[in-house]
Amino acid sequence: MKTIYLDNNATSAVDSGVLAAMLPYLGSLYGNPSSLHNFGGQVAAAIEDARESVAALLGAEPDEIIFTSCGSESDNAAFWSAVQTQPEKRRLITTRVEHPAVLNVAQYWERQGYRVTYLGVDNKGRLDMDEYAAALSEDTALVSIMFANNEVGNIYPIARMAEAAKEKGVLFHTDAVQAVGKTPIDLKHLHADMLSLSGHKIHAPKGIGVFYVRRGVRFRPFLRGGHQESGRRAGTENVPYIIGLGGAAQLAADHIQKERIQVSSLRNKLENGILGQIPHCIVNGDTENRLSNTSNISFKNVEGEAILLMLDRLGICASSGSACTSGSLEPSHVLRAMGVPFTYAHGSIRLSLSCYTTEEDVDYVIEKFPKIIKTLRDISPYKD
Amino acid sequence: MWNYTEAVHDHFLHPRNAGPLSDANAIGEVGSLACGDALKLYLKITDAGVIEAASFETFGCASAIASSSVLTDMIKGMQADEALKITNRDIAAALGGLPKQKMHCSVMGQEALEAAIRQWKGEPPVPHALEDGALVCKCFGVMDAQIIRAICENGLKTIEEITNYTKAGGACGECTDTIAKILAETITPLAEIKPKARMTNVARMQRVLKILDEEIRPRLATDGGDIELVDVDGNRVIVSLRGRCSHCRSSSVTIHNLVERLLREHVDTDIIVEEA
Repeated sequence: MKTIYLDNNATSAVDSGVLAAMLPYLGSLYGNPSSLHNFGGQVAAAIEDARESVAALLGAEPDEIIFTSCGSESDNAAFWSAVQTQPEKRRLITTRVEHPAVLNVAQYWERQGYRVTYLGVDNKGRLDMDEYAAALSEDTALVSIMFANNEVGNIYPIARMAEAAKEKGVLFHTDAVQAVGKTPIDLKHLHADMLSLSGHKIHAPKGIGVFYVRRGVRFRPFLRGGHQESGRRAGTENVPYIIGLGGAAQLAADHIQKERIQVSSLRNKLENGILGQIPHCIVNGDTENRLSNTSNISFKNVEGEAILLMLDRLGICASSGSACTSGSLEPSHVLRAMGVPFTYAHGSIRLSLSCYTTEEDVDYVIEKFPKIIKTLRDISPYKD
Repeated sequence: MWNYTEAVHDHFLHPRNAGPLSDANAIGEVGSLACGDALKLYLKITDAGVIEAASFETFGCASAIASSSVLTDMIKGMQADEALKITNRDIAAALGGLPKQKMHCSVMGQEALEAAIRQWKGEPPVPHALEDGALVCKCFGVMDAQIIRAICENGLKTIEEITNYTKAGGACGECTDTIAKILAETITPLAEIKPKARMTNVARMQRVLKILDEEIRPRLATDGGDIELVDVDGNRVIVSLRGRCSHCRSSSVTIHNLVERLLREHVDTDIIVEEA
């Protein structure tokens, strides 16, 4: 059975070119980049090439790029550094729709005595800029706001929000894990002090991330030990994965226009195909301002896990914000923050495409979807 | 992804007896859209009390649909009174087991079955004990009696297990302390519970006096107050507050929260304390 992979916001396929570039570093080129001999030194040079590729993708300088193990580590490091370098500031600002990698870290610092503002969203998942402006005070140690939302795909006005923070002298971090490679980010013009990136969302393998820290921003390392990454992140470099991420960053830079045009047209076809055939479904999120690859649709009176399992049987991979899929008993915190009515909240399905998604894939899903929803609605006690 | 058994997959993908039953004479409904799952169970029960036909409509995840489906298969041809003996564990076992976080799906099946048979018998959908009980989990509308039943029938030992079986405490978590209290009270070994032997009036009076002396007076004394026993009449204990307690504005609070509570705890659970 063919796999139709529409869960790219969860993770993405490793590009074959990326894999090929990595393999020598899992084989013969095993030197330690810290060694003085040339056998290790050539590996150090390859790491610096990868760093330049990542910097180029973000409009950053190579020395602003720190390789980490994942997006979550980068998010943790952002809070850690902000808190440790400004002990006199006792406030933090984030949103109610962050990924748990930020939300749970903010809650941790809240338990340590910080006052945390969790910005709310409207029914399309949009932030209230007035609420943000009112919350922003000089004793704020960090603002951390996601660049794009993983569940509904909303892109937030990071440039504006970062600028407002800068005016108040407040550090600004953005979790850009979902945005990198899908929407252009140019840190020359966007004043974020820190940014998180994850390799496996942009066709590199799992286990590699990036923490961007702007030059001049005071910094304390989250992981202490050796001198690697200029003393900002200890631990022997994950060489093959760094090389892979360098390759993936180049690909992302090359493909970003294709991603935006081709992927968004397939996403629109898929979304319209589903909405056109199935009554009583709604698109969650801000359709005017969202990632080109993401569609989050709620089906009234059916439950998301049941839809996912029926899709899975047909080889279609998607995900859901329904309670049952996660083992929790409530729908996703994002849908709840948006106030999606409960008749719809339990039946949400996220379809996330990539540049590998084909028109054939989309047509197949459009063909199969209506019967699944009808089957489940037929056995549901709620009919209207 | 959940590690569902083959039987769960089979019942989910090929549900038995799905859809309404036009000539049903008993219907049990549990759950709601807000809670994330709901089951409407239709039964046709003969005059002789045999479940002749059963069908279901379910809104919920794969395990909710599978639990409903397997239940309708299990009860067809059964005597209604026999069917009432089916527990949620039987439903889960018929599916070869459910993931622990999904056990509440089997509980939903059992509750719908019970509600349907009660309706057929002309009884209210839930026993009075349930209706009169306390609402513990506001998010999912779970009563104390439902929690106690799940604890007893499944041998639950932790709050997490109670949430898995009843959903109680699974959302805002505000009721976690109450659940912990119910759990502690329910799993106290029977031997530790004071036997509720019939007490003679003299024995009752002696015990009341003893508790007043040993437990209640010392506490009132710290506030400069005292208490006197006026009379014991069956389960009614009439007292009079003395000292600073006598003109305290919260005397009725003292009577109920302290005196009555301690007497119920140490003497008899149905004691009513009145002020002379």
